[in-house]
Amino acid sequence: MDIVIDTIMLSRVQFALNISFHILFPTITIALCWALLFFKIRLHQTGDEVWMRCYRFWVKIFALTFALGVVSGITMSFQFGTNWPGFMEKAGNIAGPLLGYEVLTAFFLEATFLGVMLFGIDRVSPRMHTIATAIVALGTTASAFWILALNSWMQTPTGFEIRGGVIFPVDWWAVIFNPSFPYRFFHMLLASLITACFLLMGVSAYRLLKGDHKPAPRITLKLAAMVAAVAVPVQIFVGDLHGLNTLEHQPAKVAAMEGVWDTERGADLLLFALPDEEKRENHFEFGIPNMASWILTHDANGEIKGLNEFKGEHPPVAPVFWSFRVMVGTGLLMLLIAWALSWQLWRKGEASPLLLRATVAMSFSGWLATLAGWYVSEIGRQPFLVQGVLTTSEAATTIHEGNVLFSLILYAVLYGGLLVAYIHTVFLMARKSAKLEAPNTNNSGIETGGSPQWDLTPSNTQANKGA
Amino acid sequence: MNLLGVLIDPNYLGPIFIGLMALAVLVYAILDGYDLGVGIVLHRQDEAMRDTQIASIGPFWDANETWLVLAIGLMLIAFPEAYNILLQELYVPATIMLGGLILRGVAFDFRAKVAMENKNLWDHIFRAGSLIVALSQGYMLGQYICGFSDDSLTIVFSLLSAFGVAAAYSYIGSCWLVMKTEGELQKYSAKAARLSGLLMALGIASVCIVNPWINPEVYDRWFSFPNNLLLWVIPIISAAIFLFADQVLKRVPAENDYGCWIPFVLAVVLFLNCFQGIVVSFYPDVIPGRLSLFDAVAAPEALGFIFWGAVIVVPVILAYTAYSYRVFWGKATALRYF
Repeated sequence: MDIVIDTIMLSRVQFALNISFHILFPTITIALCWALLFFKIRLHQTGDEVWMRCYRFWVKIFALTFALGVVSGITMSFQFGTNWPGFMEKAGNIAGPLLGYEVLTAFFLEATFLGVMLFGIDRVSPRMHTIATAIVALGTTASAFWILALNSWMQTPTGFEIRGGVIFPVDWWAVIFNPSFPYRFFHMLLASLITACFLLMGVSAYRLLKGDHKPAPRITLKLAAMVAAVAVPVQIFVGDLHGLNTLEHQPAKVAAMEGVWDTERGADLLLFALPDEEKRENHFEFGIPNMASWILTHDANGEIKGLNEFKGEHPPVAPVFWSFRVMVGTGLLMLLIAWALSWQLWRKGEASPLLLRATVAMSFSGWLATLAGWYVSEIGRQPFLVQGVLTTSEAATTIHEGNVLFSLILYAVLYGGLLVAYIHTVFLMARKSAKLEAPNTNNSGIETGGSPQWDLTPSNTQANKGA
Repeated sequence: MNLLGVLIDPNYLGPIFIGLMALAVLVYAILDGYDLGVGIVLHRQDEAMRDTQIASIGPFWDANETWLVLAIGLMLIAFPEAYNILLQELYVPATIMLGGLILRGVAFDFRAKVAMENKNLWDHIFRAGSLIVALSQGYMLGQYICGFSDDSLTIVFSLLSAFGVAAAYSYIGSCWLVMKTEGELQKYSAKAARLSGLLMALGIASVCIVNPWINPEVYDRWFSFPNNLLLWVIPIISAAIFLFADQVLKRVPAENDYGCWIPFVLAVVLFLNCFQGIVVSFYPDVIPGRLSLFDAVAAPEALGFIFWGAVIVVPVILAYTAYSYRVFWGKATALRYF
């Protein structure tokens, strides 16, 4: 595979970089906000201050994550025009309104009530504060709804017609609820839930390892582990359904995922292979006989269409093949950790230091699985931008490659720095919390807010003013 | 979209959407204008003052920036061709602006969470990011007005516009601080407002002189009798407002903080006037001299779908935005996560 450094390639790399960086943060915030709402509701129900402590610690991480999501999201809204003008020319009549609804029904809602949620607790009633939290959670989920509707439409377009080379919507219901949308939507929501759970688990485990024996990290660890223990198997089930849906609508993508070149019956599930696009075969194949056919057709001798049936119109095989294995592999590892942790916490009431360390290492494993999954989905759609309708190269900008190289380098430097700063800061906040003495349990209830700065050392009080 | 056909003539969709877009741009310039401005005039020495300055915009900045996404989104929806031309032509300044937006947006949060010794660094990043955003927006405005070219006259004009916009944002941001703070910080803000106001006035005046000179069309509109009688009202009123605001700022702090809100309100009116001036100069072109809104408008099927959504949702947005401003009414207090 020879890589040409031209405007199209640079634009693709830049878009991939932007969207990969962006998706990291919404993947956390979508579910983390529901977790915050859960903490608030438990607080109202039990009056136990520990829930407020969980909320206080995690709302800061939420705010930081949300800010990163917002700024990288603004970049996205410019990308279509700067680098993919053909997309808006051809598909703007579909993409425009869906993005527009995302702004109107989700962005304003979450941005405005985020202010109330983060800074308004002294100024609104406890109930109103919880309502603001709920509205932000709804907003983040609504945002996922619209953007996944658009992405799914690009994978499985329906409800449109083409006149004079331009796409026109005919039936908006069919556009939004296109065939792959429900699967992709729930697959992504679950991905978010699991990613957030592992972050909650990882940071809580880190606090425990640092000798933080306050009840909040224990409770968070246990809760997140239990939720993950259920959510990961459900995700595997939903992912399987999503795969079957893909087989029906985008068979070339599935062929690349499975590394099947010639149409065959009783295809093996390849655990390892090096797909060779020039010779159109795999090297060093190692797999489970008939398993791929069984998973995809629920028949050990079921037929799977090979890549050779889609010559010239199938995606690059190796990246799709390997991304898929990274996603599944990470998912299985997450299942193992979630179950082991739940088992230990349930039977013994605490987890072994070894398992805690493994959990810390897995803090951002959800990112890896989510990104790998998206690479399967997006690279798997190539060479099309809108499946069967518009190719990626037709949509690319024609501006000078030097400009794209400039922007690409700028974004790469910024994002690299921010990613390091983000991860560093999350664990820094955990260390800060761990250093503090157990709170005075006499203070309870939200009206007093306990002692407002219970979790700040005097020297850090100043640092925690401001956003 | 039969429903659409019955209730709205598709021919009106262009003007309706350009109106919505203009509204979004205007609201953006005012709202993000003040919070970018606060970033630019962030106090250099006093950390406590910086904390209060940032506290005054903390609950709002995110929603303010959303108006930019709405404006660019409406352009994408209603005038995809214009959106493509604009972003292709402005590729480099738009990228720089996005870099600035990213930096200042995250600096907000990082400054509150990192170790003390790094807080100053993030404050510098916040100030620099805000300035970069303002300058690049001004530069883009200049390029837009001149119809995008790289001859030296255009570049000089765009640089002028860049400084003008940065000064205007600093002005409205300082006026916001005069309203939202008290004591030393309020005095500092009033001084910053007077200085940036002067720079802004110079910037606007030179743009007003150069613009008709390089755009013959604009010249005709402003200097043909009797149209111009009505038009000339705008700059004359603006000058009067500016002088009045300056007098108020001179007297800060007033007894009992009387009229601390006046400069900010006047700044908003000034923004409104400048914006009107631009609209009057170029309507109905979406891209001056190249693309009129009637040629550029998207399909009625697409616009009808979003139009009815906007009719329902925009008032709701305005309502909860008002609610949020009411919650955080009054002088800024130190922000904590409660």
